[in-house]
Amino acid sequence: MHLHTIWFVIVVVFWIGFFVLEGFDFGVGALHRVIGRSETERRVAINTIGPWWDGNEVWLIVAGAAMFAAFPGWYATLFSALYLALVLVLLALFARGVSFEYRGKRESARWRSGWSWALTIGSILIPLLIGVGLGDLLQGLPINRNHNFTGSFFDLLTGYGLMTGVNLLTLCLLHGATFMALRTTDGIRDRARAAAGRIGAVAIVVNLAWAVWTLVVIGGGTVPQPTQIFGLIAVIFAQRLSSSGTDGWAFIASAFAIAASIGQLFIALYPNVMVSSTNHAYNLTVNNAASGHYALVVMTVVAVLLLPVVLLYQGWSFHVFRQRLTTPPTSSQ
Amino acid sequence: MANDLARWQFATTSVYHFFFVPVTIGLAFLVAVLQTTWYRTGDPEYKRMTRFFGTLLLINVAIGVVTGLVQEFEFGMNWSTYSRYVGGVFGAPLAMEGLAAFFLESTFLGLWLFGWDRLPKRVHLACIWAVSIGSMLSAMFILMANSWMQHPVGYKIDKAGNAVLTNIWALFVNPTFVWGYAHVILASLVTGCLVMLAVSAWYLRTRTHVEPFARTAKVALIVLIPTIVIQLSVGNQLGEIENRYQPMKIAAAEAQWTSCKPCSFSAGQIGGGANDKTPTQIIAIPHLLSVLATGTWGGGVTGLNQLQAEYQSKYGPGNYVPDVFIQYWSMRVMAYLAAAVLLLALWGGWLIYRGRLHSARIFLWLSIWAVVTPFLMNTAGWLLTESGRQPWIVQGLQKTVNANSPSVSPTDIWISLSAFVLAYIVLAAADLGLMLHYSRRGLADAYAEAAEADEKPAGAVPALTY
Repeated sequence: MHLHTIWFVIVVVFWIGFFVLEGFDFGVGALHRVIGRSETERRVAINTIGPWWDGNEVWLIVAGAAMFAAFPGWYATLFSALYLALVLVLLALFARGVSFEYRGKRESARWRSGWSWALTIGSILIPLLIGVGLGDLLQGLPINRNHNFTGSFFDLLTGYGLMTGVNLLTLCLLHGATFMALRTTDGIRDRARAAAGRIGAVAIVVNLAWAVWTLVVIGGGTVPQPTQIFGLIAVIFAQRLSSSGTDGWAFIASAFAIAASIGQLFIALYPNVMVSSTNHAYNLTVNNAASGHYALVVMTVVAVLLLPVVLLYQGWSFHVFRQRLTTPPTSSQ
Repeated sequence: MANDLARWQFATTSVYHFFFVPVTIGLAFLVAVLQTTWYRTGDPEYKRMTRFFGTLLLINVAIGVVTGLVQEFEFGMNWSTYSRYVGGVFGAPLAMEGLAAFFLESTFLGLWLFGWDRLPKRVHLACIWAVSIGSMLSAMFILMANSWMQHPVGYKIDKAGNAVLTNIWALFVNPTFVWGYAHVILASLVTGCLVMLAVSAWYLRTRTHVEPFARTAKVALIVLIPTIVIQLSVGNQLGEIENRYQPMKIAAAEAQWTSCKPCSFSAGQIGGGANDKTPTQIIAIPHLLSVLATGTWGGGVTGLNQLQAEYQSKYGPGNYVPDVFIQYWSMRVMAYLAAAVLLLALWGGWLIYRGRLHSARIFLWLSIWAVVTPFLMNTAGWLLTESGRQPWIVQGLQKTVNANSPSVSPTDIWISLSAFVLAYIVLAAADLGLMLHYSRRGLADAYAEAAEADEKPAGAVPALTY
């Protein structure tokens, strides 16, 4: 296998890591006002992701940086094409990232409610917008011979892109609900389970529609691909298991559902990395967008050495804080 | 137009980002020192101070992280031509930064923040050190990337016309990187020390909690004194390195239009911009510029006029002189403030020696206001190094004017620039408000949290930290 193919796989792994891990953070952030009824319950909801959200978000940084290092052409064209969309993503990341740390630092109800909304809106916008961007990779954007984007902001809002965004958002909500059910007790867990059931039902329909649309976009005929079947089964399992009391399995199922969606998108994309709707001859591919051989060798060594260590200590961090959170008996705050 | 706007946006967002980064690097180290002292001595005051300054650290980390995301995205968003051209070299340190530094910093920050009553003391202490190391590693990789723009090494231009990496080790031993990195880490420690000193001095002046804050003032000063002394000599060394690889930068920083040998140092001047090549020097110190720029008593500095002629014959017609006003004054702001901080630190050291630190009202008053100096020095330092590289985005390889994204219009950038500025003002207001709120009232909370954690039986329900 060629090194640039290996790096394509590594980039996909980073994107999957980002959506599987930060995906439940988005879901929890988006749902914390609904599932947490009182201030204490909302704090419990936010604290279910407390120790990890920051480390999870690094997967996005690493996915972007890996694209920059291994496929400079891809990074350059994609990030400049999605310009205004990424400005929105960044603003949403501000609102969300700061809200965790700032929300609880003052007693004022207005202060807390303001940051709570920032968290909710940010958590909804990010997976939706990134989903639109990822869908556009496959759907194709107006890109010229020099690999420069020639369209406007509204050209980014392709039907398939929007469908991909909605699919990822729905899966993140489901994933957040299964995660909250896994991490809490009593009333808040019951509500999280019920939410997972309802969102799961929507997710099944959305995921199915998205899978069909993907087949249309890639001209794949009527035969579904294995990842599509696998992904749909995972969504169904997550929905069914959420009401059975086996929170851990429901969470694993929703994790697989997200991984399958991201995986499916990039599998359909390969060997292109960005399709040009102007002319397929201008497509960016793993070949024409990649770095030099030596840089890829260096990066491979670095990734092979560091990634297992990262997985080890992130895994340890999940192990340390595995205990379920409960609302304190004396709810003073 | 689009190019100018993109430059304004990058400058604004990086300067803003770098208000928070050095506080994070400096405070993370100092908090780790405080916690180590607590671990060693068992003195509960140090634990409270660890928590107190830890909270200030976290408030800053939040903004440092989100504004850092903007920086990483902006290369591709605003500078796609640059990114395509250099990504094969420049991208590698950025990817390493994510893998080696950001994961470390953020994962262990979560473990530290939530692990007070979960982890054994020794492991918990190791977590804050991992945060400190992670923050310093991230600065290392980003400086490695930046230094490559100042002095490109270890690359070749491939047949498609893009830069490709040929020797990763060359990036690690790039002299601009080695000295630039040392300079930034020391600057961050100075920043952290001055923040800690200012907060401590504020408490000492109010005569509340004298006991714990006399200790943190002392810790801050003990770290500050050697750091600022070493920093002055590292800064000087960096100037010599830059004079070797980017003579324009240093000549402009001295507003030295004509070549000189030996060269006197201009302590201040009137005029001296692009249209005034004979500035009125207020004080000229003989031989000092020779010493600073070349490390010898009678060394020569090539003037801007001669360098401009050399560059034109080498790179073709064009203006190769950076903005002399920015260069000249940012160098002086940095150097003069550093000297002032050195004097303040030595004064503090003498007060510690005489045991009078907690009651020296004038010193404490000055220490509070000294908190603005590191931010001015850090900003001046980046202006000096980044504006001094112009017109190049990569020295000798690509001009800034050719590097922006062709697909991004001025309107796009007006929208993003306004949005970022607005968001940054809101973030700054929230950050400053919380810092002051916590600096003044947070001590009670730190005491309560520490007491609560002490009373909790093992295996109790995890605390709600957020």
